[in-house]
Amino acid sequence: MRFALSAEQQDFAAAIDAYLSTADCDAAARSWAEDDLGPGMKLWHGLTDLGLLDLLDAGGSLVDLVVAVERLGYHAVPGPWVDTAAVLPALSIESGGRLASVVAPPHVPYGLDADVADVRLMLTPDGTYDFAAGERLSSVDRVRRLFEPERGNRVGDAVALAFEHGALATAAQLLGAGQWLLDTSVTYAKQRKQYGREIGGYQAIKHLLADAVTALELARPLLHAAALTAAPRDVSAAKVAAGQAAALAAKTGLQVHGAIGYTAEHGLGLRLTKVRALAAAWGTPAFHRGRVLA
Amino acid sequence: MDLDLPESTLAFRAEVREWLAENVVKLPSFDTAEGFTRHREWEAKLADARLSVVSWPVEFGGRDVSLLDWLIFEEEYYAAAAPGRVNQNGLFMLAPTLFSHGTPEQQARILPKMARSEEVWAQAWSEPEAGSDIAALRSTATPTSGGWLLSGQKTWSSRAAFADKAFGLFRSDPGSERHRGLTYFMIDLRAEGVQVRPINQLDGEPGFAELFFDEVFVPDEDVIGTPGEGWRVAMTTANNERGLSLRSPGRFLATADRLVRLWSESRDPALADRVADAWIGARAYQLYTFGTATRLAEGASLGPESSVNKLFWSQLDVSMHETALDLLGPAAEVDDTWPDGWLFSLAGPIYGGTDQIQRNIVAERLLGLPRGDR
Repeated sequence: MRFALSAEQQDFAAAIDAYLSTADCDAAARSWAEDDLGPGMKLWHGLTDLGLLDLLDAGGSLVDLVVAVERLGYHAVPGPWVDTAAVLPALSIESGGRLASVVAPPHVPYGLDADVADVRLMLTPDGTYDFAAGERLSSVDRVRRLFEPERGNRVGDAVALAFEHGALATAAQLLGAGQWLLDTSVTYAKQRKQYGREIGGYQAIKHLLADAVTALELARPLLHAAALTAAPRDVSAAKVAAGQAAALAAKTGLQVHGAIGYTAEHGLGLRLTKVRALAAAWGTPAFHRGRVLA
Repeated sequence: MDLDLPESTLAFRAEVREWLAENVVKLPSFDTAEGFTRHREWEAKLADARLSVVSWPVEFGGRDVSLLDWLIFEEEYYAAAAPGRVNQNGLFMLAPTLFSHGTPEQQARILPKMARSEEVWAQAWSEPEAGSDIAALRSTATPTSGGWLLSGQKTWSSRAAFADKAFGLFRSDPGSERHRGLTYFMIDLRAEGVQVRPINQLDGEPGFAELFFDEVFVPDEDVIGTPGEGWRVAMTTANNERGLSLRSPGRFLATADRLVRLWSESRDPALADRVADAWIGARAYQLYTFGTATRLAEGASLGPESSVNKLFWSQLDVSMHETALDLLGPAAEVDDTWPDGWLFSLAGPIYGGTDQIQRNIVAERLLGLPRGDR
């Protein structure tokens, strides 16, 4: 047993970070919300060059995938990454550089970026269908462009593993967003002064941040274990814990930042609303807790 | 990255599981005179099977198993509902300190008797004015011919009501402040000048005692590490108490599994979320510990993650027991297992450094936030 990321996996995460840190991901996300997909697609192509899009097809493991998707969540990269990089391979469909939008009613009722996706699939217990993009809906996370799916033709059998991949990658995205919220709040707490000293020196702030890091640190091994087994109980445990930890980091981050965090100009809101949206995507906490007890 | 147990671990687990299935008995609380005696006998039996200190070197009664095998042992031990370890202060706090800082003579003299619980150890950290602020302690050690004379008072000393020996810090440099000038001593509780006053805990049993020292002679051979360097020596113990050793994941997994079984009897939907979260938390703690074990096996040492551990398990333990009592409803008042466990869980956020102290450590040492007023 060796329960730790390999040097290669850490290097891969660092390479993704290095690329995304030089790009303005937050600006790309805001453009995406305004239907200007250009900057986001540029990121998409860069990440494709790093091998992220077809990671599983190229022999990568699910652990490699969650490591990568955690970084995408960290940088708030817009677009249907979970659908394309995690769910599509479980259906044995190669993306070939195409964008996928996948729904799985009732847990995933709306198609993310379905109007621009090249592949649109609906997962049901009876089989896999294609779908057309219907009415546009607005998400609490404005970067998530959602569409009502209109079911089309049956294109394949039901694949239970596809749902596990979707839930697992969503957990990874949540954890990444939570980690950004924590890191950014810690940095801010070391700089921002009130009453003549850094707010991070106050015990009230320290204790909020200590609880947030504890929740994130303990959720991550659940994610890695679920990526090793892809077993429903493990995936559900990871999804619940990552969602809770990210939500705690979001609330903590907003409280530490104060009003600046409540503005659209600050990156905090991009993650805070994403965390809320993803908490219920690919299975609500109640659904996943039910699977843990099943 | 993998979670596969090696063949040798699987074989060890099978042996442990079989032995426990044949030998586990239910004992009275070790915080009673009769229970204490019965627990000594249980510990001797464990030692005969070479299962009392499996991670220790063979020469001291152990099997020199890896940290992973120790974790698996703990899972089996708790899953079998085997008796609590009466000598846990010795096994999980003093022994790691002796392995790090003790002389070969001290190790050979003390560890084999500890392994069989021929000598049961109490911890003597806190003082009336100190609490979690150990550096504020005042009890003194004065040099004398061949050793030291200890004077002062310790309190909240777990196991001291019936134990044979104790370990703790004393101020050996009268002009020193805070963490400097402290020395780590091992003390015979039967020595002249020691007075033990048992203190009953919430369950009515003397789990604590106050210790009064009036010029108690302790020979030089019972000092651990260099005189005046006691704080550094004690940190080994503190990290072990907060981290891996004292609260192995097996304990919480066993409790979570029992909680899920209890819930299955009623399937009360109002409590389902809390039960699921308990299981998820126990599983998370197990996996986090597997990660720590991997890093330690690769040469890392325990740092502020000990405090992350302690914050997590102390809250998990309380919430699991509260959930169980809520599930039991009015019967919770008279059930013995869950209320006993609940009372014990309440101590978790207090001992070994309160959870507030742990949060400060996590914030300052892990996140690098500035030190501030307390």
